[in-house]
Amino acid sequence: MNSLRSLLVPHRIVMMVLFAAFVLWCALSMRWDWLPKYLPLAIEGIGNTLLLLAVSLVVGFLLAVPIGFAQAFGPFYLAWPARIFCTVIRGTPLLLQIWLIYYGLGSLFPQIEGIRDSVFWPYLRSAWPYAFVALTLSVAGYEGEVMRGALKGVNRGQLEAARAFGMPRFMLFRRVWLPLAIRDVLPTLGGEAVLQLKATPLVATITIVEIYSVASRVRQDTFIVYEPLLLLAVVYMIIAAILSSAFKFVENQVPSRR
Amino acid sequence: METVIDALGLTDSFQLLSLSPPGWGMNLLRGLANSVKIAVGAYLLGLVIGLFGAYGKLNGGPITRDLLAIYTTVVRAVPELVLILILYFVGTDLINKASSALGYGRVEISGVAAGIGVLGVVQGAYATEILRGAIKAIPVGQIEAARAFGMPAMMMMRRVTIPAMLSFAIPGLANLWLIATKDTALLAVVGFSELTLETRQAASSTRAYMTFFLAAGGLYLIMTLISTFAFSRIEKWARRGERPMSGDAK
Repeated sequence: MNSLRSLLVPHRIVMMVLFAAFVLWCALSMRWDWLPKYLPLAIEGIGNTLLLLAVSLVVGFLLAVPIGFAQAFGPFYLAWPARIFCTVIRGTPLLLQIWLIYYGLGSLFPQIEGIRDSVFWPYLRSAWPYAFVALTLSVAGYEGEVMRGALKGVNRGQLEAARAFGMPRFMLFRRVWLPLAIRDVLPTLGGEAVLQLKATPLVATITIVEIYSVASRVRQDTFIVYEPLLLLAVVYMIIAAILSSAFKFVENQVPSRR
Repeated sequence: METVIDALGLTDSFQLLSLSPPGWGMNLLRGLANSVKIAVGAYLLGLVIGLFGAYGKLNGGPITRDLLAIYTTVVRAVPELVLILILYFVGTDLINKASSALGYGRVEISGVAAGIGVLGVVQGAYATEILRGAIKAIPVGQIEAARAFGMPAMMMMRRVTIPAMLSFAIPGLANLWLIATKDTALLAVVGFSELTLETRQAASSTRAYMTFFLAAGGLYLIMTLISTFAFSRIEKWARRGERPMSGDAK
């Protein structure tokens, strides 16, 4: 009720009317005749974007936990490689990493003896594994840094209590340490997830058909510039809104004393 | 030195990267210079937009605040790549329409200017949020004291608000600068010859992909490490005279 009333202030009503007029103008006077033809491809593209996002976030996070832990508490022979990995991933553009993995590694593989006859060759020739690896490593690098701080910031007393209960080390990590650490950085992780969504269009440059490359293809085929880009921006905004409200929902599940 | 390079089997790589014409080193450095130029320009433009945006969000009327909220939300939800394309097409279209309305012909927009403009608008949205948070973190008493002395708004901004907020804003601004340097790589997709695109051209004409991409990665990394160092010095300078925070005093 309250949020509805705050929307019904005069200047907001005027803005909403203007926005509705803009949407109507877009719908009526811009060209949308290409839409039915490209709709199946666009849906496939959205599916691929979501697939890339989901896989890279999940696998990347699973890698980020040990990387963060190694950075914070590991012996030097684990801490240093983890720290260097995070610095390199965070210090170079993702586009360069994608191209390095796709063109660089991709040019090395054919030199390996007998690889063309192996069962892996059809996969190594497509762009998908390279895209997944590049995006996942990027998540691992950025979130590894987040998890380092999070694991370090957990209240010692909680860990001592768990140890006093006689929990084995792995159970302590799984039941107490990790959940408490994740809870502290949920807002940051939500922000990283949206940043990762915004990074997915980069794999369009290595021939992956996701929603961005569908829009580029419409532009190239039909010479219509603004319409596909506007629709593309709307699609990304919707996905970003869903992502951040999902993270908000999880945050609200965490009981807090504030 | 040369024997070491020889022993490692890197002679070919070093020849490819040498600065004189058979090597492509000069191309990479030219790309790096373009990247730095755009990053600095976009960062400064972003800071100016961010400062006004933050002031608008904190002190502006309801319409200003709502418009700024739309600006920061949209820019932070849409991928930079898409924004770059939209702003690039819209920008060139508008400028060309304006110039033909004024009786000039089509204008050729330089890549550097377009890159700075587009990335600056993106940076401005993030800077707005960082600076808004930093200004809000200033103890109210300091602002009230400045007001009580009768300082005009601009003098208060110059003498009190900006110096007092710096120590809160610098970690965020350092991060933003790193994002600016990395986002210049996105301009490669629209065909602007900054470091990443120069690298790709060099790599695809010599087929030595690994060599060039690793070299470019090294250049970006050097840039990042120098920036991180510089920002930690700046932060120390901005925090001079502050009491150490309870977390640091161990």
